[in-house]
Amino acid sequence: MWAYIVRRVLATIPVMAVVALFVFSLLYLAPGDPAAVIAGDQATPDDVERIRASLGLDRPYLVRFGAWVWDILHGDLGTSIFTNLPVSHMIAQRIEPTLSLMVVTLILAVSIAVPMGVVAAWKQGTSIDRAVMAFAVLGFSVPVFVVGYLLAFVFALELDWLPVQGYTPFREGFIPWMENLILPAVALGGVYIALIARITRATMLEVLSQDYIRTARAKGAGQRSILFLHALKNAAVPIVTIIGIGIALLIGGAVVTESVFAIPGLGRLTVDAILRRDYPVIQGVVLLFSFVYVLVNLLIDLLYTLFDPRIRY
Amino acid sequence: MDRRSFLQAGVAATAATTGLSAPALSQGAAARTLRFVPQANLANYDPIWGTQFVVRNASMLVWDTLYGIDNTFTPRRQMVESEEVSADGLTWTFRLREGLRWHDNEPVRAQDCIASLERWMVRDGMGQMIRALRQELVAVNDRTFRLRLSAPYPKMLLALGKNNTPIAFMMPERIARTDPFQQITEYVGSGPMRFNRSEWVPGARATWSRFEQYQPRSEAPNWLSGGKRMMVDRVEWIIQPDAATAGAALQSGEVDWWETPLNDLIPVLRRNRNIRVDVADPLGNVGCFRFNHLHAPFNNPRIRQAVAWIINQPDFMRAVVGNDDALWKQMNGFFTPDTPNYTEAGAEILSRPRDPAMARRLLQEAGYNNEPITMIVGQDIAALSAMGQVANAALRAIGMNVDYVATDWGTVGARRASREPRDRGGWNVFFTWFAGADCTNPASYLGLRASGDQAWFGWPTDPAIEAGRDKWFAATSAAEEKAACDEINRAACQSLPFVPTGFYRAYQAWRSNVTGIVAGPLPWFWGVSKS
Repeated sequence: MWAYIVRRVLATIPVMAVVALFVFSLLYLAPGDPAAVIAGDQATPDDVERIRASLGLDRPYLVRFGAWVWDILHGDLGTSIFTNLPVSHMIAQRIEPTLSLMVVTLILAVSIAVPMGVVAAWKQGTSIDRAVMAFAVLGFSVPVFVVGYLLAFVFALELDWLPVQGYTPFREGFIPWMENLILPAVALGGVYIALIARITRATMLEVLSQDYIRTARAKGAGQRSILFLHALKNAAVPIVTIIGIGIALLIGGAVVTESVFAIPGLGRLTVDAILRRDYPVIQGVVLLFSFVYVLVNLLIDLLYTLFDPRIRY
Repeated sequence: MDRRSFLQAGVAATAATTGLSAPALSQGAAARTLRFVPQANLANYDPIWGTQFVVRNASMLVWDTLYGIDNTFTPRRQMVESEEVSADGLTWTFRLREGLRWHDNEPVRAQDCIASLERWMVRDGMGQMIRALRQELVAVNDRTFRLRLSAPYPKMLLALGKNNTPIAFMMPERIARTDPFQQITEYVGSGPMRFNRSEWVPGARATWSRFEQYQPRSEAPNWLSGGKRMMVDRVEWIIQPDAATAGAALQSGEVDWWETPLNDLIPVLRRNRNIRVDVADPLGNVGCFRFNHLHAPFNNPRIRQAVAWIINQPDFMRAVVGNDDALWKQMNGFFTPDTPNYTEAGAEILSRPRDPAMARRLLQEAGYNNEPITMIVGQDIAALSAMGQVANAALRAIGMNVDYVATDWGTVGARRASREPRDRGGWNVFFTWFAGADCTNPASYLGLRASGDQAWFGWPTDPAIEAGRDKWFAATSAAEEKAACDEINRAACQSLPFVPTGFYRAYQAWRSNVTGIVAGPLPWFWGVSKS
């Protein structure tokens, strides 16, 4: 097991190297020029050229890439072209809101979606099943920003229960922290709930038709015991897999959600950096996201052993 | 233990361990904090290195100026106590007010101002003119410095007190010695507010606290001049990337003042009795249809004139600001309407009824042969996208072959710097706008420069415009300045460095418990209070 974990962690190095090369090349080829953005609308071409030179953007591709990789190997993600702040500092400023949003969304989504899927499978063909599936279709179809605006309108403007926007750090108290996260988490969680509920239902239906479930029923096991002890545990592997894959959905959705609810997280940092062509920030954040995604997949692989003892690494 | 008691115990335990909620701000503290939604993100904080308006606006809080213009565009003393100019106009001696201090409590010295001016002169157009004439810039004593020129420069005080970027902000010498093409890393000024660097989260929040040692002038505040008295202890900028969220935050009272509300949201905000809405800047903006003068077909003045004959400003303006006709105005000239230098001299091509037949005839006479026109349009900025779509339809209507490139402003910003032909990554047309404050005179009006290679993107050449500009700089009276602007306007209407697409304003909105907001080319925070 430990050898497997070490192997997988080491395997992230070539993956990150490919991601780094890809991101850097993509940004190098993309149109746009941070020097022009910095110089502003009133700048002369000479101003733009001087700024480009001062930022080192006039250097050849390989020199720039080499310098960037060298810095990363020394633990330095670089310095933002615009803010003149270290990228690691900017990421550190933004990581708590994004992490909070993702964790709350994850907890909310799993705690709603898994029971929904189980109940839908149990009540297959009934109005409950159809209602769950209708919700799933709705969750997939309605964009996050539409849900976000509707939630903000109803719960913040009309009812005045929750704030419209912003983020309160956890150290300032659980309730203010949570107040700022409820609406974004619900908005972001919609798609995720739909995805997990559908997969849970489909997997549960398959498991519920297995012989050992019939045997359990024949032995007089209760409905709750059949559903949650016998069926759900055996359906867990695909559900956990989809939860892991869905982390990518969450990362993508966080970009929109953070903009709609003005949460100062990594998603907004990424969008701002892309619009301004702040290359070091884009590269740093994308590398971080890739790393997180690789680690989440590793975690999911390890979780398989918990749910299915036959799996050994 | 039943389920309900269990839940109650759980909540109590959580509350005990996490502190449940942050200490509430007292009503007084909340009233002393002004929460402002700026036009854009404060991504950097060096007003000489970064010339974006948002940086300038934030810089006004921290850094002070030697002079400042008032609402008649007259430069008034600000940090300066007195000045003397020699009879030949070559030597200026400036004396600083007594008791000025930096935020680190060090006194403001003449040497600081000299270093600040040296840095500013590299980046600013008027500063560069002064730098070219400078013979000597030296400190006479800690409060006095002298500037000796090789030729008179009548616009000296305007240069030092203008509100156009980059502004001549004063910084401590150690900071002002930074290369003007590198960012400063220390934000110490002598203005009315101190920057809270540790609270700065670029893209999300920036905050300032009142500088207790600031000594405002005794005169009433008037734009950049007069006493900059802060009525609040703290200013918070809350960056809102989404207009609908900013509008909702203003309605719910989570923010106090929104600099640039979306026009679509104005009716909703107006219906709210807790919100006030008014024009933000009477000097507004000048829409710009910019030609590339280096390449066909717009290197031909007749083809530029053909386009000018079909630019219908009401179409552009309604696309930009919507149906609120109070927000825009036809401008039959290049300078900002309703300001002293506005002129319609020689502007028939802008003022007469639009004439597509004339445009087609001019195209034919100029030998336009269906050459493609690469029009680069930043879709992420609503005003530019609107202008691009109207222009696209107008040019096609007279038979021009438009290659409409819908892209983002970041790409437009880079591509417009290319002097290559369109088929090698260049361009023929792009759209932008100029702040009306920059178009009140030729000094900061880069779009009206016509100095060829040295001119702004598009690189027009017109000696008549440049000659008029020189006359304006040499003018010593308002009448002479107006005559120079007439001359520039006449020349510009012939050579058309660009075509104005109209003059338009925008609204700002604030909570009704906020008072003292004054319309102007930038948000003035002094004098603004909150109950």
